[in-house]
Parts: sequence; C-alpha cells; structure tokens
Amino acid sequence: MDASAIAADTRPWRDPDAQPFISVRGVTKKFGDFTAVSDVDLDIYKGELFCLLGESGCGKSTLLRMLAGFEQPTEGSIRIDGEDMAHVPPDRRPTNMMFQSYALFPHMTVEKNVAYGLLREGLKKSEACAKAAEMLRMVKLEKLARRKPDQLSGGQRQRVALARALVKRPKLLLLDEPLGALDKKLREETQFELIKIQETLGVTFIVVTHDQDEAMTLATRIGVMKDGMIEQVGEPREIYETPDSRFVADFIGTINLFEGRVDAAAPDMMRIRTEALGDVLVSPQSGLTQGQQVWAALRPERFWLTREKPENTRNAWHGHVEEMGYIGHMSQYRIRLDSGVLVRASQSNRLRDEDPISWDEKAWVSVNPAAFRVLTR
Amino acid sequence: MRGWFLPLAVAFGFIFLYAPIVSLVVFSFNESRLVTVWGGFSTRWYGELIRDRQILGSAWISLQVAFWSANLAVIVGTLGAFVLTRFGKFTGRLLLTGMITAPLVMPEVITGLSLLLLFVSMELTLGWPAGRGLTTIVIAHTTFCAAFVAVIAQTRLRQMDESLEEAARDLGAGPVRVFFDITLPVITPALVAGWLLAFTLSLDDLVIASFVSGPGASTLPMVIFSKVRLGVSPDVNALATIIIGFVLVAVIIAGWLMRRTARRM
Repeated sequence: MDASAIAADTRPWRDPDAQPFISVRGVTKKFGDFTAVSDVDLDIYKGELFCLLGESGCGKSTLLRMLAGFEQPTEGSIRIDGEDMAHVPPDRRPTNMMFQSYALFPHMTVEKNVAYGLLREGLKKSEACAKAAEMLRMVKLEKLARRKPDQLSGGQRQRVALARALVKRPKLLLLDEPLGALDKKLREETQFELIKIQETLGVTFIVVTHDQDEAMTLATRIGVMKDGMIEQVGEPREIYETPDSRFVADFIGTINLFEGRVDAAAPDMMRIRTEALGDVLVSPQSGLTQGQQVWAALRPERFWLTREKPENTRNAWHGHVEEMGYIGHMSQYRIRLDSGVLVRASQSNRLRDEDPISWDEKAWVSVNPAAFRVLTR
Repeated sequence: MRGWFLPLAVAFGFIFLYAPIVSLVVFSFNESRLVTVWGGFSTRWYGELIRDRQILGSAWISLQVAFWSANLAVIVGTLGAFVLTRFGKFTGRLLLTGMITAPLVMPEVITGLSLLLLFVSMELTLGWPAGRGLTTIVIAHTTFCAAFVAVIAQTRLRQMDESLEEAARDLGAGPVRVFFDITLPVITPALVAGWLLAFTLSLDDLVIASFVSGPGASTLPMVIFSKVRLGVSPDVNALATIIIGFVLVAVIIAGWLMRRTARRM
C-alpha cells in the first residue's frame, strides 16, 4: 500500500469516488426576511470529526439544528446515510445532539438522564440501566449516577450530556459548542478526551464552535461559515496555510494582508506590486492574470527578524520595533517599516540565552517567497 | 436621614396594611358581645362558630367550589399557557394573548353579570346547567382563576430552557410523551403555586359568586356579608381569623415554591 492509499483510507474526502455519509444540498433556511443559512452544499464522511466554525449568528447552529430535525430547511435537501431527512421528526432520526446548555433533565438523576433515550427505544429497564452504567464508566462518572444535575460541577454535567447523547450509539452525533461553558484548562483536557471517545466509538461527529483553537485541535476538517454561507471547507492545515479568502485568513490566526496587483508572472517567480511593501516576490500561483487585484497574505511567524540586512533576498524591508510582547515560548512584534506600514511578526524563543531584538531597535524583516499566500477575494 | 426615615416609613407601611387585620384577630378573642368594647380574653366565639350550622354549611360549599375550580383552572390555564409559549405563531395568537388575561382586569360585576346571562340563556336553550348552584359557581370561578394560572404557568414556561424538550425529542420521545415526561414535572412547582392562588381567590370571591349562585348554594363570603349587614357579630371575627390563618399558610407555601423553582433555574 502506498502513502496516498493510506491517506485516502483515513481521509475519504480526498478520494473522489468516496460516498459521503451526510450530504447537504442547496440548503437554505429563512426566518421571515432573515436568511440564516444560504444555499449550503456540504459532504461529510463516515467517522469524521467535522467542525463548523464561525462567529455567532453565522448560521452554524441553524445548520446543526436542521441536521437534528428541529428546523426544516426552506429549500434544499439533507441526506443522512443515503436517507432523505425531509419530514423525518427529530425523534426518528439516527442522530443525537449534545446541547450547548447540556439540557440535562433537572428532575431526573444522572442515571435516569442517560437511560432516558434507551427507555424510549423500548429497552427493558434493567438493560437500559446496564447500558447507562457502562456509558457512565466511559466518561468516568459511575460514582455520581444517583446525583441530580444541580449537584454536579460544570465539567461533570458536560460529561453526563455527552454520555446521554452517545448511549444510543447514534450514526451521527451533533455537538453545539460542547466545550463552551468549561474553563480553559478543563477545555484543553476535554478536547483530547472527546477525540479519544470519538475514535473508540467510530461515531461521526459534527461540532459547532466559535473557537478557532478548538476547531483546529478537534477537527478532521473544518467548514468556515460567514453570513449563512460556507466560506471554505478543508483540513485544519489547509485552512491555515492556504485560505481561500481574506475572511478565512483573518478569522483563523493572525495575518498580514498587503493589497496589490499582479505585475509580472514568470514560471518560477511572480511579482506583486504593492503600495505597502513595494515589489514583493512570491511563488507562482495558478489562476492569476496580469494586473489583477490581489492580496499577499503572510502569517506573522513567517517573517525573519534580523539586525543586519539579510543577503540573497529581495523580499527584505527595514523598520523599527514599535512594540514587543514576550509571551514565553514566543515573542510578538509590531514593526513600523520605513514606508510607514505596520506589520505583525513573531519569533519563537528556541534558545534560552538569546539576545532578542527589542523595543525601539532598528531591524530588518525578510520573507521567503513561498511563505506568501496570494488571495483574490 | 436614612437612619430614622426608612424604619419609620416601613413601620407606617405595616401599620397601614395590617392594623385592621391585627385588630380583627385581637377582637375575635373578645369576651364581650359588643364588637368594639374589650371584655377580656375568651375563645367563646370560636365555640359558637362551630355550633352555627349555616356558617359551617356555607364553609363546606366554599371549600368544594374552591377545590374544583382550582383543579379546573390549573388544567385550562396550563393548556392556554402551553399553546401561547410553545406553538409559535398561529392565527388568533394575539387575540388569545389579550383575552387570556382579560379576566384579571375585568370588573367583577361585569364578569358576574355576563356569566349569569350566559347561564340563564344556556338553561333556556340547552337545558343545562339546570338552575344555578355549585356547578355554575365552579364554572364562573374557573374562568377567572384560569387567567391567573395561565399567567404564572406562562412565566415558568418562558423561563424554562426549551432545549430540555428538544433533548427529549432528540432522544426518541414523541411530543405528547415530552409534555408528560419533561415539561410537566419541570413546571409542577409553578402549577402548585397557581393552584393555591386559584383556591384562595375562589374562596375569597363574593361578587361573582353572588351573581351566579342559586338557592341553597351560598358560599362563605356571601353568608358573612349578609350577616354583617345586620350588624357585626363577634363570631364573624373568629371566622375571619381562621380564614386569615389558612390564606397565610397558602400564600407562604406558594411563595416558597415559586422561590425554589426560581433558584433551580
């Protein structure tokens, strides 16, 4: 088996013949005059942990609620495992949902909360209790089975909600901001626990989140949403390294954007004429024409900071450090170039006894042409 | 300024509200037959009260009316509140929102008169209800008590996290099942509070009951009112004291239940 075959096995979206598990086609949702979700097409494959990422009000939760069956699409169709979901009510769908508020039933014990779905399936009480207990062991809550939800901490409640949503072994689990209510430290631990559970059970997860770090850590693929539309779908690395638009580039991480026009395109090098940096050399990208308006995008960590003028490169600019923030593992810089433009750069602090460039120092910033991503929108 | 003003204002407020009630309770233990002259402590009038057939009979009627109208009001009021909070937009929603609370602001005289006219014309055309009595009072009390229950239940249903109901749907329960498994248990404390309020309101009502009651179905407030018109007798004081005791307990329980649910939210 060669490397690409392995990749296709664990990354079915790279295989053009793979059958999607969930297929969303032309889905639009309107609430009166307001369009919450607008003409969304999306394919999600079996075993994925797919993140819908976007700011609040971008339509990601509405899309999730349409998958769960709480909202009906105004237009378009949703198929789960080949079955059309139109007119299938939430209680008959092969999906379960973990709610942002957790929605634990306050009048039932932890055990009864988890067993509720199994009892509705028609399972005997003893069987349901055994399965619920097994699920509670998996989320390490077997000792709290008799407690009521208001006697649990936030992290414990989150795990009860997860257990309750997973106990019926749904084909698809929908998670609405699953870690949103936890504090930072607990959130990081829980992220990896969530991935582990997902891999153990092999259930397809769709996670809605507004937290980019969370999406980057959890996801096999991310769908970035804006104003009810999907801006870009891709693996975390694709989203970060090759964003399709200024919105995506800016939404995930930090970015420097330099507006300009394509000046000359040679097979091995392309020149972009910008106002901020003058001429910039970038690696060639297909689909660009002479004179086209573009934005050269650059992540802060791709700048090289030196005191001396670097040799062998024409992508070098002189400036002075206006501000610097020492974070520990890295330092962030704001550098005013001689042209008056402010750029953001960062350096990782790999050595303990470095003499780093600091406030008010003169410095050179330089960039490898391959580090730029050229955006057209 | 605040040092003496606030306690003084509070004291005046309490005196204004409760001095009449306190004096009533005190005079219910009065030995003297003259209501306004203190003749020493005694529980004589409580004893006389127990021997008064008319008052005991009307108290029993009042309790029956209050019990049934509170039950019916909780059912009708909860249904109304549920429709208004969970069924989204439907034709006539705005009208229903306004009408469900109308009995709260409607003068009782008008409510009573209109119900009386309704019952009379129903008897003439449908033959039911045959004459006026307990049934008609229960129906009349249900209409205005249901409004209070609907308001309380509506508040609770609005506060309730709707994702609880969605979660139950998601876990495989049909809509009716969700109502009985999730919605009803969660709003129960509010419904108990509503029931107690309805019970108290019904027990208390004079005007509407006077309009729609018939011979042999005089409620306690009606009997007291007719007695007082012939001069205040001390046994009425004793009766009032007992009623105040009951109402106080009911109000305290209702308040405690409402606070407990608010805390749980």
